[in-house]
Amino acid sequence: MMISKWSWFNKTSIIVGFSFLYIPILLLVLYSFNESRLVTVWGGFSTKWYGSLLQNEGILGAATVTLKVAAMASTMATILGTMAGFSMSRFGRFRGRTLFNGMIYAPLVMPEVITGLSLLLMFVAISLDRGMWTITLAHTTFAMCYVAVVVQSRLTSFDRSIEEAAMDLGCTPLKTFFVITLPVIMPAVASGWLLSFTLSLDDLVIASFTTGPGATTLPMKIYSMVRLGVTPEINAISTILIGIVAVGVVITSVLHKRREAQRAKDEMLASSAP
Amino acid sequence: MAEASSQARKVWAPWNEPGAKPFVRIEGVTKKFGSFVAVDNISLDIYEREFYSLLGPSGCGKTTLLRMLAGFEMPSTGRIIIDGEDMSTVPPHKRPVNMMFQSYALFPHMTVEQNIAFGLKQDHLPKADIAERVERMINLVQLNKFAKRKPEQLSGGQKQRVALARSLAKKPKILLLDEPLGALDKKLREETQFELMNIQEKLGVTFIIVTHDQEEAMTVSSRIAVMNHGCVEQVATPSEIYEYPNSRLVAQFIGDVNIMESRIAEVLPDRARLNVVGIDAPVQTGRSVNAAPGEIAWVAIRPEKMVVSLTPPADTSVNCLSGVVWDIGYLGKLSVFHVRLEDKSIVTVAQTNRKRETERTITWEDKVYVTWSPDAAVVLLA
Repeated sequence: MMISKWSWFNKTSIIVGFSFLYIPILLLVLYSFNESRLVTVWGGFSTKWYGSLLQNEGILGAATVTLKVAAMASTMATILGTMAGFSMSRFGRFRGRTLFNGMIYAPLVMPEVITGLSLLLMFVAISLDRGMWTITLAHTTFAMCYVAVVVQSRLTSFDRSIEEAAMDLGCTPLKTFFVITLPVIMPAVASGWLLSFTLSLDDLVIASFTTGPGATTLPMKIYSMVRLGVTPEINAISTILIGIVAVGVVITSVLHKRREAQRAKDEMLASSAP
Repeated sequence: MAEASSQARKVWAPWNEPGAKPFVRIEGVTKKFGSFVAVDNISLDIYEREFYSLLGPSGCGKTTLLRMLAGFEMPSTGRIIIDGEDMSTVPPHKRPVNMMFQSYALFPHMTVEQNIAFGLKQDHLPKADIAERVERMINLVQLNKFAKRKPEQLSGGQKQRVALARSLAKKPKILLLDEPLGALDKKLREETQFELMNIQEKLGVTFIIVTHDQEEAMTVSSRIAVMNHGCVEQVATPSEIYEYPNSRLVAQFIGDVNIMESRIAEVLPDRARLNVVGIDAPVQTGRSVNAAPGEIAWVAIRPEKMVVSLTPPADTSVNCLSGVVWDIGYLGKLSVFHVRLEDKSIVTVAQTNRKRETERTITWEDKVYVTWSPDAAVVLLA
């Protein structure tokens, strides 16, 4: 006997679960359109807080810094992480391989406070002026291990004979990497980049540790604003962030769906071929 | 027509010509992976335009040998010389050989055309030349309709042909084929074998093929090297391998065979006499044996070279075994009889079904005589 798909139990679970996840967010989105300056009192519909966001240079500046940092850090992390993942998957077995492998994963489970603190100590030790660049470096450091993990796991199922085939056909090893290996693992590299970008976008702790005067990221800005009281402007900027993330998720899943459909079509073609 | 057939009849066997220069020389090549010896001191000569098979069970080192020819592995000791040039320090991308991979190894992000053009592009040929050569290769393997497709949109047989076209596009001196037909079903495999032979003949490229399928090796090869445990057991033409195997291992690996342990009784310049151990049946062979009387040897006889009959032959004193029909396998064009001898060993005899099955007279439990001509038996010393 199977529990019916829409049994009372299943329905409740879904409703409770989704309420937990989304009611706070819905509330935030709703209040971003609040006419009233008081966060908890509904004063009618308005988009004026979005307008006033555009006037708020502090928030705009922080947004610019955040995007710059995220773009640079995720790109650097992707390059370094791809190199690391590639090397790790290509080294044969050697003494201490498991240790090395584990060390790539370690930063994933390291408390952010510790990562931030250690980076701060290092920047101070080498007397690097703290600012946007140090945040970028810090984000690169922790994002690159995510990329390395994604790329490495893609490469374990990679058919190396296509690289050999390329070399056999006269392609140098370096060129083979760029014209064969990289295009084939590109989806993994791209999702590594996206992951790094998102991680950098919403990091507060590490950025707070490694920042210096003048370099405030959006999460830092929001956090400092909230300490003086939640304003509808904060709701508005948060709603925009949610919108960006939602669009990103939708695009990714549409692309994924399309690729699935294409694959199904390819299989049809292949099986109908003589 | 007459001329063509007379030319075909002229035996092409450069390996028997004293002055012929081998195209590929494998000189004392050994390959070790750690303490495991994959290839053990192999020396082979392969001539231009040959269709040369490396045949053996999986793990016999045949693929390792092929990969050393391609340059993906380096010999631990020994040398490989291709067309007079020592390949020891030449990386894969600079060797005059191309390889067709077992998995086909097509580039998934490129179309059929782009796959075939890839090797030519690495040589920086003019665009027009590349296009022309690609088109010729696509015609050769009959993939015109599929030129714009990606590998995932092709069936196994089509992928195989793309892989072949791609590896031939650069006009290599040697084409290496690693189990090229392994992934195809039986019927397609047989068709493709003949197609491969035609293409090889048309282009005149030296083919070196790795396979574990003895029928495939027999069909396509000019010569076969039978390998086992990293060593070469025998190198010969398909018919020589089949008719005159040099060891029990080769005899058993290629086709079916009855092997009887025997003691040599008499050695003469043109024949030898032996006694089968256990049943004391005398055997006479049509060739002399390079061994002394009293030594143990093995008599090998192919099932189809034996005759089974209900009536005793005129001379039962030599090359004759008697027994009981233990099992009959009806395979359509032939029947296989398992005859149980006095010592309970089984001899397999294959007989062509010239008559309808309804008229078959030999049946289970019949007492039968198995005979063969002296030329049918081969004496193996190893």
